[in-house]
Amino acid sequence: MHPAFSVIFLTTLIGTAQGLFLALVTAQTYGAIGALPDQNLYFYSFGSLIALALLVAGLVASFFHLGHPERAWRSAAMWRTSWLSREVIALPAFMGTVFVYGLLHYMDWNPNLFGPNAPPEGELTFLVGLVGVFLCFALFVCTGMIYACIKFLQEWNTPLTPLNYTLFGIASGFTLATAFSAFYAPQLVAFFGYWAITFTVVVFLTRAASLIRNKRIKYRSSIRSAIGVRHGQIQQKSQGSMGGSFNTREYFHGKTAVFLKSIKWIFLVLVFPVPVLLLLAGINTGSTVLLLLAFIVQYAGLIAERWFFFAQANHPQNLYYQTI
Amino acid sequence: MTQLALVIDLNVCVGCHACVTSCKQWNTSGAAGSLMDDNPYGKDPTGTFFNRVQTYEVGEFPLTETVHFPKSCLHCEDPPCVPVCPTGASYKREEDGIVLVDYDKCIGCKYCSWACPYGAREIDEKQKVMKKCTLCVDRIYDETLPEAERKPACVLACPTSARLFGDVHDPESEVSIAIMEEGGYPLMPEWGTQPANHYLPRRKTRIKIHEDELTRVDNPLKKEGHLPETDDGPFLEDSTSW
Repeated sequence: MHPAFSVIFLTTLIGTAQGLFLALVTAQTYGAIGALPDQNLYFYSFGSLIALALLVAGLVASFFHLGHPERAWRSAAMWRTSWLSREVIALPAFMGTVFVYGLLHYMDWNPNLFGPNAPPEGELTFLVGLVGVFLCFALFVCTGMIYACIKFLQEWNTPLTPLNYTLFGIASGFTLATAFSAFYAPQLVAFFGYWAITFTVVVFLTRAASLIRNKRIKYRSSIRSAIGVRHGQIQQKSQGSMGGSFNTREYFHGKTAVFLKSIKWIFLVLVFPVPVLLLLAGINTGSTVLLLLAFIVQYAGLIAERWFFFAQANHPQNLYYQTI
Repeated sequence: MTQLALVIDLNVCVGCHACVTSCKQWNTSGAAGSLMDDNPYGKDPTGTFFNRVQTYEVGEFPLTETVHFPKSCLHCEDPPCVPVCPTGASYKREEDGIVLVDYDKCIGCKYCSWACPYGAREIDEKQKVMKKCTLCVDRIYDETLPEAERKPACVLACPTSARLFGDVHDPESEVSIAIMEEGGYPLMPEWGTQPANHYLPRRKTRIKIHEDELTRVDNPLKKEGHLPETDDGPFLEDSTSW
């Protein structure tokens, strides 16, 4: 497939925002049971603001993918059948919850809904956070399933696709949370940092699993089933037009095999080992620059990862467009 | 239930592209506006087509066959492109099974084209909406046309009658009989899309000659040669008047 940068930025930006929001709620949960020191309200509200800004940026990027962005409101209609439609509902719902979560913290409006003596799980911000966590995971599933549900794009048609989307989002979000906490809550740096490393290692395993799976893929369609001629030697001689068409542009990445392979190694280095080393160094030296660098490197790597994710998918329609 | 479809006879198609040009002509002149044609006479032409004829070579020289292969939307009975559409712009008509795009609802996200294994959908890069074969839905029901012309433009244009049009759910229809008797098959059956359009395979006309047919079994001399001469005597015709 031809990787569209609008979709690459959409998926990576909202993934990071979702991971950052999960990190904030995790910190609040640990704080509520006393496992972590309580943070001031601005930590949560400013963190939510960053997450919201990333979500808005992702949403803006997605509009560049549409031919008619002014009709985008229509895309909530088919949520019964379309994962894209479900994502279109889940994304604003999540954005709204992040906004409310940040605002409640900022206004310090945090009554306990179950009475003043109830445990902290009853606090309003905690409950809103819980709703946000649910929507966050729903959004991860929707985003991943948009790709995983197309059964003849065999590279994508696996549970590893939504799993990787989720884990990449969480890993990059926790890395961002580490860098963010270095500025606003230094006592949380190690907490977020080690979680970020853990998630990065886990997503390395699941992404490696999908890379290995995709290397061994047996394509179900062939030129024989595409035109229905049972013969071992079929060669396309013309595709019906002298120039290119939508079919020759949308489904091919247009780069060499060497380029594709190099992008794979670039993302394997930038997303996994480099950020882990930078995080370890940053946690141990307390250097905010290293932690910030860890996030920037990992995000850049994620753009390469998403580019590779699209480019690697081999659409069966390409069987009809093998030569001009 | 009616399921309108095309049946394309690969044995008859000569690859003349008359279906392509007539399709383009009809569908670029319709109420939905023109089909994009960018730089048509320039160096790098591109455009939106509902129908394309491709050419394949089967076999190895000198034992090769050229297969001309017209490809358009197959109007699948279980179209994978329809449920993925987020706006409902892509739909399959209940009454005749035609898969259509509502150009006023389409947001141009291209997701449906990803979900079509056949590459039958092409975005109109000027109008920014997804387009595809409509089976000339604006023509086949047009009662101002003579009944014989209420067929898709490609079917009418085909000089060799390689394209048949009709209801594949009606077992008595011309298309159903052709599928049944000529071995019509769907494309990429492995994805369960149940394409309504079918293709008729290439067929060779052969006569089968058995060994004993090469020698005359009623040959009295047991060898091939001139037949024995007949007597020179009078024939029956010589002695009777009838």
